[in-house]
Amino acid sequence: MENKDRRFRTLDTVYILMMILPIVCGIVLKILTNPVSDGIAISGANVFFTINMPIQDLPITESQVNSWLVMISITGLCLFLTHGIKEKADTKRQHIAEWIVEKVEGLVTGNMGEYFSGFAPFVTAILALSAFSSLLALFGLYAPTSDLNIAAGWAILVFVLITYYKFKCGPVQYMKSFAEPVKFIAPLNVISEFATPVSMAFRHYGNVLSGSVISVLIASGLQGLSAIILGWLPGFIGEFPLFQIGIPAVLSIYFDVFSGCLQAYIFATLTMLYVSGGFPADEYFRRKSAKKQTV
Amino acid sequence: MLELAIGIILGSCALGAGIAMIAGIGPGIGEGNAVAKACEAIGRQPESKGSVTTTMLMGCAVAETTGLYALVIAILLIFVAPGRLVDLLMSTIR
Repeated sequence: MENKDRRFRTLDTVYILMMILPIVCGIVLKILTNPVSDGIAISGANVFFTINMPIQDLPITESQVNSWLVMISITGLCLFLTHGIKEKADTKRQHIAEWIVEKVEGLVTGNMGEYFSGFAPFVTAILALSAFSSLLALFGLYAPTSDLNIAAGWAILVFVLITYYKFKCGPVQYMKSFAEPVKFIAPLNVISEFATPVSMAFRHYGNVLSGSVISVLIASGLQGLSAIILGWLPGFIGEFPLFQIGIPAVLSIYFDVFSGCLQAYIFATLTMLYVSGGFPADEYFRRKSAKKQTV
Repeated sequence: MLELAIGIILGSCALGAGIAMIAGIGPGIGEGNAVAKACEAIGRQPESKGSVTTTMLMGCAVAETTGLYALVIAILLIFVAPGRLVDLLMSTIR
């Protein structure tokens, strides 16, 4: 019994380290690679190194590395929450894990219907990845969601899913779905089909990026303001950041915490709505029941 | 002469970004309408506050899209376009 208990605790420690270490690694990496600059500047993601590929070079950027760190951290969190799970919930972490699962399953079945109840893990993954990526900005790291490539990657994944579920009734039905409600509107439908991933990617990226740009602008403005008011004083007092204390934190609560979580929720909800909206449910179930009768 | 050309490029990029952000008016009016109607609905039926709020947030996010297109264009014009255009200018001169 003693031995088992010790093993349990060791695994717990490993999982907690798995949650925390990636973020510490990210901070260390940022300190090591970012050159120290005196001003506050708006810049894109740093390129760490470039891999030579046959068609095009593959640059490994800060946003890719940070999103992998977030993925490792979320994996650690999931392993920690589900570690030592029992049939009857008696620990705090199992209650939290069950609450998450119940909430997301309710959300998915409420928005998509019973047929798509298997979508809950995917939606949770998108929700957690997006929310934690935006929250990474709280540690002073580059948020992966303020890079268009990351958001576009998720949007393309969702687009593939939408197209897969539209193909469920065969290619003929897929083609027919463009000619609705009238036939001559088909070109517009094709354009709106491709506008879906573009708008999803731009929405997520634009919201997060605009928040970080506004934060940086206000921070540099406050720096100038305190330089004007205290700049004439000698020595240490002249460089005292009077206005940079507290005010950027309030903005960070809105732009990083609230806006980041809201965008994650909106991205997940739009995924659910688009996938279940593109699926020709009536036709599919009619064919399924017809097949059953013939067999 | 070269300074003048680069100055015109930078100035036009900044002007273009400013003009692009006029599109922010549209989402502002649209979201204001959505929130006003949501407030009315909550005032009429306070028990449906939760579902009204989530639906309103979804609608706001969709209405915001056109503004965000303009924002992306403005960001490209400010941070990406000047460098590209100046490079192009330099390569044509040489």
